[in-house]
Amino acid sequence: MRKVLTGNQAVAYGAMLSGVEVVAAYPITPQTTIIETLADMQAEGLGDFDYIRVESEHSAMAACIGASMGGVRTFTATSGQGLFLMHEMLHYASGARTPVVLANVNRAPAAPWNIWSDQTDSLSQRETGWIQLYCEGNQEVLDTTIMAFKIAEKLKLPAMVILDAFFLSHTSEPIEIPDKEAVKDFLPTYDPKDIWLDPDNPHTFGAIAMSDPYMELRWQIQRDMEIAKSVIAEVHEDFAHHFGRMYHQVEGYLAEDAEVLVICTGTAASTARVAVEALRAEGERAGLVKIKTFRPFPGEEIIGALKGKKKVAVIDRNFSPGAQGIWAQELRSVLCELSDQERPMVYGYIAGIGGCDISVKTIKEIYYKTLESHRPDDIDMWVGVRHV
Amino acid sequence: MPAKDYLRQRFFPQIWCPGCGHGIIMGNMIRAIDQLGLEKNEVVVVSGIGCSSRMPGYVDFHSLHTLHGRALAFAMGVKMGRPELTVIVPMGDGDAAAIGGNHLIHAARRNIDLTAIIMNNSIYGMTGGQFSPMTPFGDKGTTAPSGTIDHAFDIVELAKGAGASFVARTTTYHVKEMIKIIARAIKHKGFSMVEVMSQCPTYYGRKNKLGSAVDMMNSYKDGTTSIGSKKKAEHPELIERGVFLEEERPEYSASYSALVKKSQG
Ligand code: SF4
Repeated sequence: MRKVLTGNQAVAYGAMLSGVEVVAAYPITPQTTIIETLADMQAEGLGDFDYIRVESEHSAMAACIGASMGGVRTFTATSGQGLFLMHEMLHYASGARTPVVLANVNRAPAAPWNIWSDQTDSLSQRETGWIQLYCEGNQEVLDTTIMAFKIAEKLKLPAMVILDAFFLSHTSEPIEIPDKEAVKDFLPTYDPKDIWLDPDNPHTFGAIAMSDPYMELRWQIQRDMEIAKSVIAEVHEDFAHHFGRMYHQVEGYLAEDAEVLVICTGTAASTARVAVEALRAEGERAGLVKIKTFRPFPGEEIIGALKGKKKVAVIDRNFSPGAQGIWAQELRSVLCELSDQERPMVYGYIAGIGGCDISVKTIKEIYYKTLESHRPDDIDMWVGVRHV
Repeated sequence: MPAKDYLRQRFFPQIWCPGCGHGIIMGNMIRAIDQLGLEKNEVVVVSGIGCSSRMPGYVDFHSLHTLHGRALAFAMGVKMGRPELTVIVPMGDGDAAAIGGNHLIHAARRNIDLTAIIMNNSIYGMTGGQFSPMTPFGDKGTTAPSGTIDHAFDIVELAKGAGASFVARTTTYHVKEMIKIIARAIKHKGFSMVEVMSQCPTYYGRKNKLGSAVDMMNSYKDGTTSIGSKKKAEHPELIERGVFLEEERPEYSASYSALVKKSQG
């Protein structure tokens, strides 16, 4: 079925079609229409799930973890400050190996108050042990939500589906909505296997672990994050097999012969496609590399895409004060593995903070600056800052 | 001084919908402050998040627009750091009773000299009409399309039980009463909680078919009565208005200063 959906509605469809069993809900702009759509779906009998209205995001994630420990598929959605409030619970969810799926609509952190797009919220959860999947368009949002459950449940690690505020959350696009039965075929009912609250076989959860078992359990999370790279690739292929749409952790566009590669994530990648095409029309050898997964960080694929290239321009809609743009920082660390001859020079740009636009013009400017300068002026270069 | 002299007109037009009750509360809070003769620089207004919480932007006092649910925690910091200031905390029902519920009961328990004005419109307005912990049982919100099965807080009883030393309720219809109650609450030394029933015609009203803003205000006129009135005895379903509790009890920042003085000999 084809329907015109906003990014937020696409998330709700993804969760509903995945046969989610428990949804916890607390409103926050710009996420709210996700949980509202789910409330309507439940009231209309479209989805057979329990809908828990909680008193804060902290409670929302706590309720999801509890439900997940009970052996059911669980989901919640949040944004910005809501995600920050969940932070303590995010660590707990991965430590407890609960495959909760969360949709985060990227929103800039306060103060001052701002509700627009900025990836600092989700990227600053990088040490929480969550798989992080970024989306470029609404079809990808719907498909990624469905895939996120499969990835999370295979690994027993929680997964976050991430979409840009307003550029996706409140923008409508025609979307192919998969058939519920077909989704069930791709993603069967959740089987918690050995870890769940089974009255016939009582377990204890979250008991104290002394240093040795604790370190072992942490190592297992890291081991499974490494395994996640191949699990995500398999799930992408499996999804393509079922639905005919293929996704990649790292995707090149006109990248093969490119002289300067622009590296983008989220909606900036779709603007970059247009910018790169426009640059090609001007006779430039511009290319794009889009990164979809942030955790686990797809180092090998990135090396595969960038090895031997001369220059890459990373566009970060986020930053780590006192350090750099977060994607650039991660990218630089994986490129260290390459020899000096094979390693491209990394130009880090910060753009689009707090919802400022990253337009085709911005990306073209970034391309030419990278092309024409011998070296980056600075470790991170800010584009479009107003100075009054 | 006329109320408009307390407004930061550069922040206008304000965001509240036509007919929203929150502007009435802002106007009356200003009138109460004016009647008490407080200087602008003696007053701090602290808010969290929600339609109600936009108020500090519009009023020309010291103002802090803080995190969702955390206004009272920030305000407590202000009061402890500068006990000579008058600290007023306008909050919505979602902000005060849901995500910030813990701060509310603990501020009340400590009896710290803050004035919490809970602008109760029974809904999360800013995010588009989700039901809150003060939405009456069975009423609708976007997260309760078939009506909520949650029971609502009676915030007056909650504040009393938690230890507030001044507890009152009024509505946006009863403007004169509201000014008097807010002035008394500000003057009171200790934690004051004033619930003001405030209409949200845009979401709560529309979702629950309550008519226009005027209809909603008329329902405050008809649906409430003074504490202990004859009418209440005849119609027990009426909601009571007025001051429920006003007691002198040791105030937290004063007790703290006294303790510091004592321990320093
Ligand atoms: S949504 Fe409701 S509470 Fe918010 S400004 Fe409009 S009428 Fe007032």
